[in-house]
Amino acid sequence: MTGIRDSAWEGDLEQLKGLVSERALTGETMVLNMGPQHPSTHGVLRLILELDGETIVNCTPDVGYLHTGIEKTFESKRYEQAVVLTDRMDYLNPLGNNLAYCLAVEKLTELDVPPRAQYLRVLLAELTRINSHLVWLGTHALDIGAMSVFLYCFREREKVLDIFEMVAGQRMMATYFRPGGLWRDVPEEFEPAVRDFLDYFPAKIDDYEKLLTENPLWRDRTQGIGYLSADDAVRLGCTGPTLRGSGVNWDIRKAIPYSSYDHFEFDVPLGQHGDVYDRYLIRIEEMRQSLRIVRQALDNLPSGPVRSNNRKYVPPPRSEIGHSMEALIHHFKLWTEGFRPPEGEVYVRVESPRGELGCFLASDGSPRPWRVHFRTPSFIHLSALPHMAKGHMIADLVGIVGSIDIVLGDCDR
Amino acid sequence: MGLTSKLGEMGVITVRLEDAVNWARTRAMWPMLFGLACCAIEMMSTQASLYDLSRFGMELMRPSPRQSDLMIVAGRVTRKMAPVLRQLYDQMPEPKWVLSMGDCASCGGVFNNYAVVQGVDEIVPVDVYVAGCPPRPEQLIHGIMMLHERVKQEHISDWA
Repeated sequence: MTGIRDSAWEGDLEQLKGLVSERALTGETMVLNMGPQHPSTHGVLRLILELDGETIVNCTPDVGYLHTGIEKTFESKRYEQAVVLTDRMDYLNPLGNNLAYCLAVEKLTELDVPPRAQYLRVLLAELTRINSHLVWLGTHALDIGAMSVFLYCFREREKVLDIFEMVAGQRMMATYFRPGGLWRDVPEEFEPAVRDFLDYFPAKIDDYEKLLTENPLWRDRTQGIGYLSADDAVRLGCTGPTLRGSGVNWDIRKAIPYSSYDHFEFDVPLGQHGDVYDRYLIRIEEMRQSLRIVRQALDNLPSGPVRSNNRKYVPPPRSEIGHSMEALIHHFKLWTEGFRPPEGEVYVRVESPRGELGCFLASDGSPRPWRVHFRTPSFIHLSALPHMAKGHMIADLVGIVGSIDIVLGDCDR
Repeated sequence: MGLTSKLGEMGVITVRLEDAVNWARTRAMWPMLFGLACCAIEMMSTQASLYDLSRFGMELMRPSPRQSDLMIVAGRVTRKMAPVLRQLYDQMPEPKWVLSMGDCASCGGVFNNYAVVQGVDEIVPVDVYVAGCPPRPEQLIHGIMMLHERVKQEHISDWA
């Protein structure tokens, strides 16, 4: 066994003090660098591991390899321009990020959103949740060694991406939600396409479950691994499926409904054991519940406009510009100068597929945000990772990292 | 055996060494399993069921740079990641190629700020740029086909 002094550790030893135990400094335990280039760290996560044989003694995440400066870039964009940046934070949940940001701007400016837009937002946000969970399931299973699930998940994912492309013209980075509503109304083909998906997808979830849920290998690798008690989960600030896996009933869609989520009936699945397997079961069940919401939203989709008609903040439709001088002026003002919301600070939270996604917005009354901050679930969950990983084998670590469903773009932004 | 009995004696093919080697290189390029950001998800889509990159002999994504000959830089390269990326590139054995996938890797994209390297060609030589944010799988495949065409035109005199 090599200590730090013997191994090819290039960093400063002083930096490691406090992160590893005294045993590492004497060479009794080994310090191992996992990442940032590692097939199962879901991007560019680096973990500094202290190992006693194969057992993890200490685990320190090192983040920032994908720090893009998005929050700073916000400050140089006008409010309606900045929607583009939100897609690229948590790139598995682009429409959910749009939603958090748009809700914050709408709270700041007290904009009203027409019911049709709210329903479509819910519908598309839930499809995004399914989309994100599919990528999670595929890569999580791939990490643990079940390769075929990945191929099935991505086959279904293409169907959802086709729907996004139909409404927004882009597969992933849709930027479809705008402050005050949506970019435009959905096309005619939208409803049949979603109905097709609703008929097609439930059987596929059963297929994934057939491959994994009762699979003895899968259960061996996931049950009892990465235990997180309910108290610890709350204390560490976990949200979303990671928190609900430990049996805490907290879903922002139920607790603090936004964008008319209170109009829909759905269940919040809860786990009992707080391990990797329970978090897996919860995400599978969440996909079914999301389908329920999508179906209700589609059945009860109100008609009407999809954008607020508050012309101070929302540009007029193209058809009005041709014959209304006032509309032309509004359009010109909005696209050259942007709108000026009142001074103030707001905080809005939504339930992203990973947990609580919060958007803090501070305005000084100018057309550009003074400060934007995102409370991202991946960052919080990553800080809970050492707590879950200690005492487990190094091979289980990939399962635990997969089960908290981190997206490094979300974490580092 | 099977082929000979079906088609008869096929004889001998003469071909330039250059062409034969270049052909072989394009038929089994192993990309490195190296995802950075959003584009990595589209790269995974390209690998997966519908687009199926294995049609071009590329189903093996190698997580180790020592076993790969194509680096697909999929996503924004940050200042913290740049030295790591360069080290990975240096660890790849020759011959090696770099494909810059997406706007961020090619030129910084929408992120013109302190954190993002404005184009990965500042740190590694890039053979093919693929535009898009993120590029569709078809676009990535098109980029790879372009790279294949490029590899087919390499000269034996340049190998050394």
